[in-house]
Amino acid sequence: MGEPLRTPLHALHVELGARMVVFAGYEMPLQYPMGVMQEHLHTRARAGLFDVSHMGQVILRADSTAAAAEALETLVPVDVAGLAEGRQRYGLFTDDSGGLLDDLMLANRGDHLFLVVNAARKAHDLAHLRTLQGVEVHEITDRALLALQGPAAEAVLADLAPEAADMRFMDVATLTLEGAECWVSRSGYTGEDGYEISVPADRAEALARRLLAHGDVAPIGLGARDSLRLEAGLCLYGHDIDESTTPAEAALGWAIQKVRRRDGARAGGFPGAETILRELADGPARRRVGLRPEGRAPMREGVPLYAGADDDTPVGRITSGGFGPTVGGPVAMGYVPAELAAPGTVVHGELRGKRLPLTVTALPFTPANFKR
Amino acid sequence: MKYTEEHEWLRPEGDIVTVGITKHATTQLGDIVFVELPEVGATVSKGDEIVVIESVKAASEIMAPLDGEVTEVNTDLADNPALANEDATGAGWFFKIKPSDPSQMDECLDEDAYNALIG
Repeated sequence: MGEPLRTPLHALHVELGARMVVFAGYEMPLQYPMGVMQEHLHTRARAGLFDVSHMGQVILRADSTAAAAEALETLVPVDVAGLAEGRQRYGLFTDDSGGLLDDLMLANRGDHLFLVVNAARKAHDLAHLRTLQGVEVHEITDRALLALQGPAAEAVLADLAPEAADMRFMDVATLTLEGAECWVSRSGYTGEDGYEISVPADRAEALARRLLAHGDVAPIGLGARDSLRLEAGLCLYGHDIDESTTPAEAALGWAIQKVRRRDGARAGGFPGAETILRELADGPARRRVGLRPEGRAPMREGVPLYAGADDDTPVGRITSGGFGPTVGGPVAMGYVPAELAAPGTVVHGELRGKRLPLTVTALPFTPANFKR
Repeated sequence: MKYTEEHEWLRPEGDIVTVGITKHATTQLGDIVFVELPEVGATVSKGDEIVVIESVKAASEIMAPLDGEVTEVNTDLADNPALANEDATGAGWFFKIKPSDPSQMDECLDEDAYNALIG
């Protein structure tokens, strides 16, 4: 692996007193002196600034954006061709067996498509995209990526660029922030309203400092990013979804628009289409669900799940779990057989040799707060 | 007050020793959200894992620092685990133990040795 990489905000993180950890090959802030719990609550109450520069930023160009969209549709089961200019959509890379190679954001920015992929899957996804004929794949390495999340995000960003307030959830726009050309989307990974901001690397620190100077904004580390996305019911690649999980199993069928489904105008045509579309029509054998452990003890990734308290054979496992600061108790996600997936169903997790009940719960655990 | 290399503090009062974890430990662990305490009356041996602490980040086990009998546990801590962060050496105590071999206290670190350990 070699030395861990640093983002353009590394010096700022250290100055702010962050505890740094290596994540996906990057030195990233795990938490600041405020601590994970308060960082989480601050983001839900006001606004948090996250450095997500480790994520991959990719531009796709072809003879036309329509041609790039058509090509990308061979790798993702998503309506890319129908994505209007200035709009963003959640997407999935699938494999021939219907498994998930990564999840991503894709945006139509007029003369090109702009993708944001997971840090740990960057090299894989770039190689995968480079199999597309007639598509130029350009990895952006000279930009940082910031996320400003929380109910105060709109007012904070509108101070720098009033147009920010006019954007709706999943809009993308080019805004000038602190004199820098930024590619902004109204989206995030917390369940809160907010923005993700691609900023030239040499302007990232100045922009971050400007945003942090606002009394409502605090720096937030990866620890709270994880608890926020877990409460929001959002998947973490490599944990809640991977090659062994399909879109229907992962409860991500909503990401596959009608036009790509059976009887759609552009049905199929992506890896694993037969399996994926059959499962969407007939229902999967197992399903990702929200789980609320009874009591206070968190149940984390890897905890086996049993249908009955005394059963010998597990029927599923927890894929993400921890303490939800806004919920005020433990929360988890995991896979259970379809017949156990209805909210209210009680399953049992084994924690330190004891079987403890968990209740299947509708996701998200905390209501989403998007600006539609 | 005495300390262990596992970041416990031990405060002897008469023939009972109160045990908790140090401020250094709670800072390293982060926000504590769950504490599972031993049963009152349990006979424990030095090195037994008798407490489970869950922080927002991970689970950790706390070992019995001495042989003896658990005489009391901090039920306030079970209800409000944040006490361990807020007042590590006071209201955030974990359990009280009646040592069967009080000489084991001599093997513990004094404050200078503990401070040297955590640098």
